Amino acid sequence: MRSPFLLPVAGLALVGAAAYAIFFVAPEEATMGAIQRIFYFHIASGWTAGVAFLLAFAANIAYLAGRAPKWDWLGVASVEVGLAFCTVVLITGPIWAKPVWGIWWTWDARLTSTLVLWLLYVSYLALRSLVEDPRRRAVACAVFGVFAFLDVPLVYFSIRIWRTQHPQPVIAGGEGSGLDPVMWQVTVLTMAALMGVMALLVWQRYRLEALRQQTAELALP
Amino acid sequence: MRDGMKNFESIFAAYMLGWGVLFLYQLSVGKRLRDAENEIQRLKEEKKKA
Repeated sequence: MRSPFLLPVAGLALVGAAAYAIFFVAPEEATMGAIQRIFYFHIASGWTAGVAFLLAFAANIAYLAGRAPKWDWLGVASVEVGLAFCTVVLITGPIWAKPVWGIWWTWDARLTSTLVLWLLYVSYLALRSLVEDPRRRAVACAVFGVFAFLDVPLVYFSIRIWRTQHPQPVIAGGEGSGLDPVMWQVTVLTMAALMGVMALLVWQRYRLEALRQQTAELALP
Repeated sequence: MRDGMKNFESIFAAYMLGWGVLFLYQLSVGKRLRDAENEIQRLKEEKKKA
């Protein structure tokens, strides 16, 4: 019988490997110096949040198509976890920005659209708490979730469409962009580690919704 | 040297706060899971008695 600790331990090991790679393997960036090491956590959190929101979007569509409760559970689980990672992005970004730009924040396209994204998904959770009937709640949240996701590609393309204070893309950024090969490997490793953490968190949160359904059924006379 | 220390403080703050958010979220989910499991146990026992 597989141990329930196997996956969390594997996840922790991957996180540990990423942390080692970030601080002891990745070379120091030529212009920014050591502060650039925040980049690995920041960018990996951003991608992980995007994947979580994409998962929520797929779950929202699936719920609207078939109305099976499991898709609603996956939707809220993915949104909550995505919001946690989006919060990490909004914390690590300004901490990096202050020593580099001299300011904590600026209202450029990338930063503003990311903050809007965070607010949209906070609103999703607020909406969820306001609607009592489970079916109506699931429909309302699924519809809202589909529209909220429209901001995700806007966040991604914001630094490609507009000139922003935020650094230009280093991943798939076209000619002249790109990362040192070792930095790229460390970035991919960090993304894998955070995706693993995301998967574990989504799974636990999904279980919580399933247990709440069980509670509701048991509470019936 | 001063810049190096400042950078270290920023790096430390970013990683501590970032992982802090994820850790607090994990604690929150864990607590809610335990509460749900306890509630299910309680309801099952109530049904047994009834």
